[in-house]
Amino acid sequence: MKWPAMGYARVESLDELWQVLDAAGPEAQILAGGQSLLATLSFRLSEPSGLIDITRIAALRGVSVAGATLRIGSLTRHAELGRDPLVAAHAPILAEAAPLIAHPAIRNRGTIGGSLALADPAAELPACVVALDATIVVASRGGERRVPAADFFQGLFTTDLQPGEIITAVEVPVATPASRQTIVEVTRRSGDYAMAGLAAVLAMRADGTVDAARLVFFGVGSGAEIATGASAALIGAPLTRATIAAAQGALADDLDPPGDLHGGPELKRHLARVITARALDTFLASAEQAA
Amino acid sequence: MNRRIDITLTVNGERVSRSVDTRLHLIDFLRTELGLTGAHTACEHGVCGACTVRLDGDPVRGCLVMAASLDGSVVETIEGLSDSGEIRDLQEAFVARNAAQCGYCTPGMLVTAADILTQAPNASREEIREHISGNYCRCTGYQAIVDAVEDVLKSRRKSEAA
Ligand SMILES: Cc1cc2nc3c(=O)[nH]c(=O)nc-3n(C[C@H](O)[C@H](O)[C@H](O)COP(=O)(O)OP(=O)(O)OC[C@H]3O[C@@H](n4cnc5c(N)ncnc54)[C@H](O)[C@@H]3O)c2cc1C
Ligand code: FES
Ligand code: FES
Repeated sequence: MKWPAMGYARVESLDELWQVLDAAGPEAQILAGGQSLLATLSFRLSEPSGLIDITRIAALRGVSVAGATLRIGSLTRHAELGRDPLVAAHAPILAEAAPLIAHPAIRNRGTIGGSLALADPAAELPACVVALDATIVVASRGGERRVPAADFFQGLFTTDLQPGEIITAVEVPVATPASRQTIVEVTRRSGDYAMAGLAAVLAMRADGTVDAARLVFFGVGSGAEIATGASAALIGAPLTRATIAAAQGALADDLDPPGDLHGGPELKRHLARVITARALDTFLASAEQAA
Repeated sequence: MNRRIDITLTVNGERVSRSVDTRLHLIDFLRTELGLTGAHTACEHGVCGACTVRLDGDPVRGCLVMAASLDGSVVETIEGLSDSGEIRDLQEAFVARNAAQCGYCTPGMLVTAADILTQAPNASREEIREHISGNYCRCTGYQAIVDAVEDVLKSRRKSEAA
């Protein structure tokens, strides 16, 4: 279907954004990459009174490191995330996630801010930022606030964003030599949203002992789901085939996947166990991997 | 907020100015306002890739770009890529390999394939498939398309080495 009749305004700065947001009223929406929003307009899933285009706001662009924090501007496109050297060095899971998102032409437009604001339950980036224990930086006319990623996501397509607020950046603690990060997913076709996916971030000592673990699933619930039992099963001991099996076992209590168009809950549970092994196997000492 | 927006942009090297309805996406703009019918639409919600054109140097889904947002942009379509000769070898390989049947997907496929030639000159068959995974073809079964892209990658590498 063609898009509904609506207004459009492009703003060049945050000050201008606050003015236009005030004038436009609650029925107007923020337009970033448009790769989800414009598609939903074609289905008339939403009929905003107008779209406010934020893509020219320079303050929302760029990737930088200050101290132990990597700051990723909300307008950073998926394609940029995939090739940025600072992202590759300090948050490798985000670089690994980028090529899993949709297709090249969509990655050239879609932004990290848009993906986090949308909170699709099968999306890669919400799970990654929760696994990384990142902070979402949110701004409104009244100022800025910082929300831990785990609190930002509140279920199916629902976030902590209040009317009049936008995401300006994501702040990620930089990877240390102890960090192990990977993302694994199962899709029917390349570029599809995941049938089941896992963002795994661990801290491991040289002797293999796991000091911290965050296993965050996507596509198997209402959003980015921290598997607390499976994560705990890994902590305090060296990573081995046995501890991985224990983590797989703990998923029975951690996850309660609804069925979706891909299949029923049992399929999802099975896939969650499979990708847990696939992800954690990559962190095993090479000797054990060969065994 | 306005429902008509004045835009000035560059399309295939020419400056154009129009006042556009906000309901128009980039492909409708090209087809109805400029008479450039090379880029197609099919699904109009980002899934099929028939609408792939270049925007500011990168391939994008034309159906997921508002015409109203194009002020100051640079758009290249299959017409522009054909006229410049940039993808002549690719087009010849598509013919030689029978990589177009009905041709509906072909303009989008060529814009995407052109991106492989510049971004991934050493792409394997597997990587070619991955790169075109967002461009649907209902006729060829893809094999001939992958063959054509692979041929051009090889011959470009050869002429580069020579
Ligand atoms: C065919 C297809 C396949 C896809 N596959 C995947 C996939 O596998 N995985 C995946 O994760 N995504 C996928 N996507 C979606 C894509 O990643 C989008 O880019 C992303 O979900 C939204 O980002 P955007 O910048 O395009 O946001 P938009 O579409 O512009 O906006 C999305 C929503 O977020 C709001 N918003 C945007 N930016 C901000 C901000 N800074 N602050 C507050 N609110 C904001 C908007 O108002 C809107 O409600 C796919 C899309 C398509 C069309
Ligand atoms: S018409 Fe744009 S992706 Fe199908
Ligand atoms: S040639 Fe017919 S859709 Fe590709």
